[in-house]
Amino acid sequence: MELQDIIKPENKIYERPHLLLDVNTHYCPGCSHGVVHKLIAEVIAELGLEDCAVGVAPVGCAVFAYNYIDIDWIEAAHGRAPAIATAASRLWPENVVFTYQGDGDLAAIGTAETIHAANRGEDIVIVFINNAIYGMTGGQMAPTTLLGQKTATTPYGRRADLNGYPLKISDILAGLDGTCYVTRQTVHTPAAVRKTKAALKKAFLNAKAKHGTSVVEVVSTCNSGWKMSPADSNKWMQEHMTAKYPLGDLKDIENAHIQ
Amino acid sequence: MEEIKLMKGNEAIAHAAIRYGFDGYFGYPITPQSEVLETLEALMPWETTGMVVLQAESEVAAINMVYGGASTGKKVMTSSSSPGVSLKQEGISYIAGAELPALIINVMRGGPGLGTIQPSQADYFQATKGGGHGDYHLIVLSPATVQEMVDFVGLGMDLAFKYRTPAMLLADGIVGQMMEKVRLPEFRPRRTDDEVRQQCPWAATGKHGRKKRNVITSLELESAAMEKNNERLQETYRKISENEVRFQEYYTDDAEYLIVAFGTVARIALKAIEEARESGLKIGLLRPITLWPFCSARIAELSKQVKGILTVELNAGQMIEDVRLAVNGSVPVYHYGRMGGMIPTPGEIMDAFKADFPDAVK
Repeated sequence: MELQDIIKPENKIYERPHLLLDVNTHYCPGCSHGVVHKLIAEVIAELGLEDCAVGVAPVGCAVFAYNYIDIDWIEAAHGRAPAIATAASRLWPENVVFTYQGDGDLAAIGTAETIHAANRGEDIVIVFINNAIYGMTGGQMAPTTLLGQKTATTPYGRRADLNGYPLKISDILAGLDGTCYVTRQTVHTPAAVRKTKAALKKAFLNAKAKHGTSVVEVVSTCNSGWKMSPADSNKWMQEHMTAKYPLGDLKDIENAHIQ
Repeated sequence: MEEIKLMKGNEAIAHAAIRYGFDGYFGYPITPQSEVLETLEALMPWETTGMVVLQAESEVAAINMVYGGASTGKKVMTSSSSPGVSLKQEGISYIAGAELPALIINVMRGGPGLGTIQPSQADYFQATKGGGHGDYHLIVLSPATVQEMVDFVGLGMDLAFKYRTPAMLLADGIVGQMMEKVRLPEFRPRRTDDEVRQQCPWAATGKHGRKKRNVITSLELESAAMEKNNERLQETYRKISENEVRFQEYYTDDAEYLIVAFGTVARIALKAIEEARESGLKIGLLRPITLWPFCSARIAELSKQVKGILTVELNAGQMIEDVRLAVNGSVPVYHYGRMGGMIPTPGEIMDAFKADFPDAVK
């Protein structure tokens, strides 16, 4: 069989989602961000939301999220994405607004904005990448860093007496009356990727239907920050991260506004 | 329809925002301006004009809601008082950096720190010299009457959209709290979503068939490109400085001395000047209306005519620095200020004037 026979359209089983822009990535090889970006691009296209989707990008490695998905974006100050999304969503009720945030952004500097947007039941999606470290600034401790985990600012491992405990912010968000859907997923295997995509789809549909705040936490890897190979990172994430941050739906109700 | 009412400056702001067709207000309670949010909540404009009103969890959240709303091309505002406006500086810098129109109101109280809830003008530096990080300016409007509280809500937002830059209404606590007769403008309808998309082709409104996506950001890691962004901002500020300087003069035609004062202090100074003129003292008053851009050229001109200038402010001497820069040493410039919520009487202003310029009364 010749190459030309293989690349016939009818043989195509996978392609770059058309909303994912054809640009070089700035993410490290093995990073979870790229996978989640691709899923968001797919979900927005499949739900026919590309004309009304507005993304709010964070500060952190995903600060350049707006370079990758072909929709309108607003770049937020560190932690403020949920406040920005609140206004963008309320002032354009027809639009579907989502934030894309890391653990430092969402669970440290932006804790107040996150909790209050979710508690108001803003009709938005919060995509939360939890890799237990500050990637962009060079691997410092995050609020979700595990006890004992070594980072640039906990070089001997995180200690509860000095640094407090890993923050399970999604559990807090699930306890708020404004959230309709809170789930914790991973993207380290094809099966996990498919589940995360289904979760994102549900979250975007909730926002479109104005059912309250949806939170999709993706327990992720940062092999550069963790100083491991991508394969070892996946293994470490499975062994340690999911023990502290168990996977699955934390909350799934039809509509947070009707209680 | 125009209406004449008796109301507080803070209440007037709320009425003005609805009547000028604002799309959103985001605020957090703080004395002495909580009536803005309270009045908006009581008027329920979401039932009539469709304006969104939201009590945020903090001033930080409120200014970022403004950033978010402005990013989508909507007419949005926030109001606060000094400590709250300090918290908003991060967001204001981002709004300036991303070249977005927005209106920020500061009804000033005394500081530093928690300070006092009484009136002050001690945030002049913060408002006119940047406030947040980076090279930027706000268009700063200084109202002296409740009527101007109303008028400048409309003017501030119009200028913000004209130049795609944030504007600040910098009021002292007096004009926020005092009641005066005020003429409320006719209702201006809010723009439709299609009109917003047309007027703001840069905004993150959702693509809605637009080919090119819009990205609102102040980030640029390429130094040469970031310098270009800064140069574009500076060009905007140059145009604003050229076209938008506003001030008011009283008795300057024959003035031998000049008092420069802004906000309600200018009204007290005017009273002092009118009394002094009865005893033959020829003093004029210059009231800067835009604190940035500042009326430096007019002050430089007047400095050729007068023998000395006194600035009167509710602070330790802030605007005086801009007056001195304008005068460039050609005549003496003195400051009289009260702090901590104290307000000068016309008599005290004249006492200060006579102490600074003994030759004037010889």
